[in-house]
Amino acid sequence: MARMGRLASGGLALVLAGGALALVRRHRHRPPTAAPDPRPGRWQVVTVAGRPEEVLPPGRWPEPLRRLDGAVELSARPAPGGRGTELAARPLSGEPTLPGLAAHLVGDDPGRFLRQALREAKQLVETGEVLRADRSRLDRPGTAG
Amino acid sequence: MRALCWEGADTLAVRQVPDPELRNAQDMIVRVRRSVTCGADLPLLAGRVPHLAAGDVLGHEFLGDVVEVGPEVRRHRVADRVVVCAGIACGACWFCRQGLFACCDNGTTGTAGAEPEWGQPTGGCYGRPALLGGFAGSHAEFVRVPYADVGAFTVPDGVSDDRAVFASDAAPTGWMGAELGEVSPGDVVAVWGAGAVGQLTAAAARLRGADRVIVVDEHDERLRMVERHVGAEPLNYRYLDVPAELRERSGGRGPDVCVEAVGPAASPGLFAGRPGRRADGSPALREAVHSCRKGGTVVLLGTGTGFVDTFPLGAVLDKGLTVRGGRQHGQRWIPMLLERMARDELRTEHLATHRLPLERGAEGYALFRDRADGCVRAVFSP
Ligand SMILES: [Zn+2]
Ligand SMILES: [Zn+2]
Repeated sequence: MARMGRLASGGLALVLAGGALALVRRHRHRPPTAAPDPRPGRWQVVTVAGRPEEVLPPGRWPEPLRRLDGAVELSARPAPGGRGTELAARPLSGEPTLPGLAAHLVGDDPGRFLRQALREAKQLVETGEVLRADRSRLDRPGTAG
Repeated sequence: MRALCWEGADTLAVRQVPDPELRNAQDMIVRVRRSVTCGADLPLLAGRVPHLAAGDVLGHEFLGDVVEVGPEVRRHRVADRVVVCAGIACGACWFCRQGLFACCDNGTTGTAGAEPEWGQPTGGCYGRPALLGGFAGSHAEFVRVPYADVGAFTVPDGVSDDRAVFASDAAPTGWMGAELGEVSPGDVVAVWGAGAVGQLTAAAARLRGADRVIVVDEHDERLRMVERHVGAEPLNYRYLDVPAELRERSGGRGPDVCVEAVGPAASPGLFAGRPGRRADGSPALREAVHSCRKGGTVVLLGTGTGFVDTFPLGAVLDKGLTVRGGRQHGQRWIPMLLERMARDELRTEHLATHRLPLERGAEGYALFRDRADGCVRAVFSP
């Protein structure tokens, strides 16, 4: 089954589509499964090792996508061959100016930002945390050297 | 702590840098006992890899003692002696579950690491530019080990540091060469390159029952090692016609499996071949494709292959070859390799031709790069 979540102002409204077909019909094209396209407005997809209800639980968006309240729509569908779930996101169409926090978070490259957010959401589901880089000397005031 | 830092093209120095810290719950900190030079470091050392910055710490093959563990680490405790896989992988994504750890989706941080040269993110590695992964190198007193339960392995008591440290990268890479070639009893196997990876590919081929294993190189001292420590046949390309020799030594059929384990070219190559830049030649790969028997397998192990043009692609078609390659999925093979080391089936300490304190790291890399004084690998002890 496919599921579409959409954030409305003031809270979360989860829209359950009737199936993958409904999703396809509504958006004319299914979300791409290949490499992400940097053009804003396109679906960005990652495959997450987990069932759709784990990846996109009803009524609750995974971090860090939750911060994109009002800015994006999401879909989750089973990936073929037991590969998990195809989690897709794209900026809400017709809203070139994003509200408040979302605009700040997305910055001037929404495609890149969304890709990173999806990657982090995937890591959280798969490994329980987002992998963090070593901190550089500059990030660590007061350290030796 | 002290660490061997890259300072600019062909310049290394030991500097004081901040100690590593736990950054994720699955991290641990290892006090390094041994850290090895690797051919994959040479393009970094030469300053040919974008994003490398002055102060970045090199090194990715290492062994040491656990000194601190994160709250989610289950398999290791303080004071364990561990060898750490050079590649960083999560153990949980689809690729890791298939055993393709070097293809891990979650082994690097940041968007730069997620959008690399080849279109898709691959697993992480220690000692790469901070911008491309986020994990400092092992030529240091301490190293942070992410996904510690997945990438670190307790070393059996009887196995020395100088043997076990090669389970970090060179031994699993060699094992993968034989496995990708599906080397079987009765096979004739040819390996280009008698460095650590080439020698350990030859050793793996023998352990898998190959009938003849032939190693191609130009350095007689390395080829003597091949004969003495691996029990494989040397073939010096400076004196002999390699395709003719290989044909003759395989009954006119050509080797069943040909493995390229030459490593990065001495010339600029890793990032050549992008638009406007020169592509590399790979004489070893060309020779491997030319020599391989019909229906045989050619395996690429040499990192830093980059872009290669004028590749004899027609031979792949006309001879029905299989061409495979990869970075090692060490998490899959290191326990088995350590067992073989403990049983004395796999010996690697002869590869540590130069044992030096970390302070002499720059000198060690110069010896290694120039293959001077018979250097196969320089091993540092902080
Ligand atoms: Zn290496
Ligand atoms: Zn993984």
